[in-house]
Amino acid sequence: MSDRLAVRKTYKLYVNGAFPRSESGRTYEVTDARGGFLANAAQASRKDARDAVVAARTAFGKWSGATAYNRGQVLYRVAEVMEGRHAQFCEEVAAGEGLSASRARAAVDAAVDRWVWYAGWTDKLGAVLGGANPVAGPYFDFSLPEPTGVVAVLAPQRSSLLGLVSVLAPVLAGGNTAVVVTSRTRPLPAVTLGEVLATSDVPGGVVNLLTGDAGEIGPWLAEHDDVDAIDLTGAPADRAMELERLAAGSIKRVVRPPAEEPDWSADPGLSRLTPFLETKTVWHPMGL
Amino acid sequence: MTHVLDPDAPAAANPPRREPPAPYRDVTRSDAAFRAFLHGLPGVDQVGAESRVAVLGTRSIKTTAKAWAIDTAISMVDLTTLEGADTPGRVRSLAAKARRPDPGDPTTPPVAAVCVYGDLAGVAKEALTGTGISVAAVATAFPSGRASRAVKLADVRDAVANGADEIDMVIDRGAFLAGRHLDVFDEIVAVKEACGDAHLKVILETGELVTLDNVRRASWLAMLAGGDFIKTSTGKVSPAATLPVCLVMLEAVRDFRAATGRQVGVKPAGGIRTTKDAIKHLVLVNEVAGPEWLSPDWFRFGASSLLNDLLLQRQKLRTGHYSGPDHVSVD
Repeated sequence: MSDRLAVRKTYKLYVNGAFPRSESGRTYEVTDARGGFLANAAQASRKDARDAVVAARTAFGKWSGATAYNRGQVLYRVAEVMEGRHAQFCEEVAAGEGLSASRARAAVDAAVDRWVWYAGWTDKLGAVLGGANPVAGPYFDFSLPEPTGVVAVLAPQRSSLLGLVSVLAPVLAGGNTAVVVTSRTRPLPAVTLGEVLATSDVPGGVVNLLTGDAGEIGPWLAEHDDVDAIDLTGAPADRAMELERLAAGSIKRVVRPPAEEPDWSADPGLSRLTPFLETKTVWHPMGL
Repeated sequence: MTHVLDPDAPAAANPPRREPPAPYRDVTRSDAAFRAFLHGLPGVDQVGAESRVAVLGTRSIKTTAKAWAIDTAISMVDLTTLEGADTPGRVRSLAAKARRPDPGDPTTPPVAAVCVYGDLAGVAKEALTGTGISVAAVATAFPSGRASRAVKLADVRDAVANGADEIDMVIDRGAFLAGRHLDVFDEIVAVKEACGDAHLKVILETGELVTLDNVRRASWLAMLAGGDFIKTSTGKVSPAATLPVCLVMLEAVRDFRAATGRQVGVKPAGGIRTTKDAIKHLVLVNEVAGPEWLSPDWFRFGASSLLNDLLLQRQKLRTGHYSGPDHVSVD
């Protein structure tokens, strides 16, 4: 047996490109699938969510204004750094989700591949979802997709990495900024993803990761006037209706939670990209 | 309005120096005496000041107390625009905001004053007549204060003639730091006379005074010379208003009233952007100077972006959910 003392970790949030403690000072224990201690995670409060929204709003201008090609490059870089942390992700996914080493590796591979896949979509959305419209008049008329704005994401509770990447990457690919509430019981891959994002080229504030309880923070994000859309995928089943009602107060775009958590390894298509894009149509008069 | 000035002309036949109030009548009898008096003020324990404001900053102000603090802070704001690009239209829109900070909620109190450059005071006065909101104008070669006294006094008279109710003057920091305290004193006295009925706020520009001891000396100097308010900064120099500086100034006005019976106001300006900062200042006012200062007559915030944050917090308290920048005006 090694006589080295264990380094017991207490992780923090990822907000505005930095790693602050929760404003509330709270932490909670994260355990593996069998109940053994893994680490302490920060338990985010509504004020952390508020700060995260301010950060996301501030970052929105630059991220949405970057060229689609540049966004793709930045997201691809994230996948590269994820690949470098492959072993750590495997360990955390296996411990948190109780998967065998080979199945955990498959989940991490799929998550990195998913990120690369969405990175490739950034500069193709315009061609696929927009285009020239044939109109009966002397106009050159075209539509193009634009990001919705600040998107609150309640990440899946079970699939801690593949599920998280599957809901986060499409939000970013469209040019939105995100405030993510991670899986409560399995937050560690999200914490590591925060470290990945901090060391890749994603500007601070574009992604904000809050570890904690979606049931506690969700309503504040759903009601927040400065959040433009909310993805309720990880919302507690009995609270989804309430959250949707709260979101209606500020006419948010809402992605309803599935009846039960889907198999994230399936091809997602464009289903998670389009809810966070607005179509702008331009009617340009044509000369004679 | 044009003025022809001859900076070389002797200042109109040196009048006898105005005396400070009792019991300090004789401290300005000579430069040496004044210097001895100012340097004889008790020194400021900088570490103590910082730790005191740190402790007071942790006070928890919630629910009804917070609602009161927000409304009080709004009513203390000197809504400020001091940009080279200011236009009459911008001043008018600021005046409209001063009257009704949140048009969606008529219970929101109006602000205390609108603060502009002297040449735009007339525009502000016209837009605010009959509202009870004052017009404050910066004068005396704001923000540097580098001009001859004749130019500074003309600047003040010009702003007063344009309708300013309050004049924000800057002290000559160069003279102060060089030890020519009486020059600074005489200048404030002269500006006070030029103000007529207008209130005089004296900007110390604490960011350039280097030490808290100097802040205390400059505060006393300004109060002895007859300033109605002492103000931290122009907002053009960083650091601007900080809590330790505000603490020292509040102690000065408290001690000054205890000694002379005359109450002087305090205005921190620049760098106060959030409701939290504003509430920390209010706690400081209450604990250091006393509740008599918790009124727009005696305490002001020189700010522009602070008002929007106060309004957002007010909306949060009213509706129960977080508001966003789309719900306040863009200045």
